[in-house]
Amino acid sequence: MDQTIRIDVDHVTIRFNKTNMKVDNLKEYMIRLVKRQLMFQEFLAVKDVSFQVRAGEAWGIVGANGSGKSTILKAISGIIKPYQGTIRVNGSLAPLIELGAGFDQEMTARENILLNGCILGHTEKFMREHLDEIVEFAGIRDFLDSPLKNYSSGMKARLGFSIATMVQPQILIVDEVLAVGDAAFQKKCSQRMQEMLTSGTTLLLVSHNVNDIRRLCDHAVWMDKGSCRMAGSADEVCRAYQEAGK
Amino acid sequence: MLVTWNRLKDFWRYKDLLKQLIIRDIKLKYRRSFLGYLWSVLNPLFLMLVMTVVFSQMFRRNIENFPVYLFTGQLLFNFMNQSTHQALTAINGNAALLKKAYIPKYIFVFSKITSGLVDFFFSCVALVIVMLVTRAEFSFWNLLFPVVALQLYVFCLGLGLFLAQANVFFRDIQYIYNVITTAWMYLTPIFYPLDALPVQLQKGIVNCNPMYFYVEQFRQLIYYNQAPDGRLMFLGIITALAVLLLGTACFKRSQDRFILYT
Repeated sequence: MDQTIRIDVDHVTIRFNKTNMKVDNLKEYMIRLVKRQLMFQEFLAVKDVSFQVRAGEAWGIVGANGSGKSTILKAISGIIKPYQGTIRVNGSLAPLIELGAGFDQEMTARENILLNGCILGHTEKFMREHLDEIVEFAGIRDFLDSPLKNYSSGMKARLGFSIATMVQPQILIVDEVLAVGDAAFQKKCSQRMQEMLTSGTTLLLVSHNVNDIRRLCDHAVWMDKGSCRMAGSADEVCRAYQEAGK
Repeated sequence: MLVTWNRLKDFWRYKDLLKQLIIRDIKLKYRRSFLGYLWSVLNPLFLMLVMTVVFSQMFRRNIENFPVYLFTGQLLFNFMNQSTHQALTAINGNAALLKKAYIPKYIFVFSKITSGLVDFFFSCVALVIVMLVTRAEFSFWNLLFPVVALQLYVFCLGLGLFLAQANVFFRDIQYIYNVITTAWMYLTPIFYPLDALPVQLQKGIVNCNPMYFYVEQFRQLIYYNQAPDGRLMFLGIITALAVLLLGTACFKRSQDRFILYT
């Protein structure tokens, strides 16, 4: 089996600005400058977390709300820069952090497919070639030219998922996006992810549902208040996590 | 060198996104309006008409073919004014997207300024109509107008990048900038002739107001039908490049912190 390291998270710390200290106007800035309070109160969302994901592995991330799960996915996707430590990603990456980020409500589904595809880094030509495939999978053929604001949230989610998983990436990052859509579509999503896994895609999945993690993943990380509490095989970590939750 | 090369490759990779964002801006602007894109030409034309009626009463004596004089200045200033105001909120307005997908952040500023440029070209059609109606003289020099548009485009890009990043940290910028552009408009000879001002002020404008460099070059090409002044062109290009450099440097320095503040 291919043993290249796909994702290398090395002693990563991510810092946030606490919103209550937000200084966003000049007056406030000057006052704080004079009072020497300009250093913002920092808040570490992720503290010194390390793990390595090898090709073909599927990792789950579990943890309570606010434990830094999504933050670390964002850092891996390149949206946030780590404050300390490094993240190396080796391979093509498809982040499903929020389905349909960047959908424009005023534009039609067809226009949004092109726009969203470009946001994910595809070319326009590529998107036009795969338009049919996306529309088919999302099951929105009849509504292709209506503005997105007239869509139901389930339809939007289906469209977002179809666009994001159209190409087979080497690394798939999923952040609890599977909880949307009706049962039939959820099944379709699960199937597509299984297909990807069997054909060698590396998966990183955040979920509150321990059963999902057990079913799809072979390894897991347990995040607790920003630190990595436990990392290892999915079964062990899930069991420990559930024990702690009781 | 390698870093610069990689950046350029990154930019090339996202060129389709840039195109889609510009298309979005233009499409959404006139969606559900009866006359659609025609408004891009009609709007400046009507504005022009109003201003000509108002100002030709004031400056009738000294300026020949006032509508074209006014329009040449107004067109360039509007392009600068509107595109930089749009760019100013480009990062804040797309905060939701920046938090959810990795995209080079300058793309948003680029797209706003470029949509402004597209609008400018639409307005140029209106300018041609005004020139036809007022029986202005056409010449070969008219065709060189993209040279000026390009200088101003680069200038606006730099200014837009600077404003967009500053506005992330201080929302006051958008209000201050409103005041600044109003003052700037009155300090640029758009609807009055330069020699209507005191000599001291004239000197200041001729040497320090970048908009004067571009407006005057544009007028030389369109209104006076002559070659652009070498000195003005030199100043225009140098200013544009300097502002672009400054804007890019500020943007690059602060872009990693955007996500903490938006």
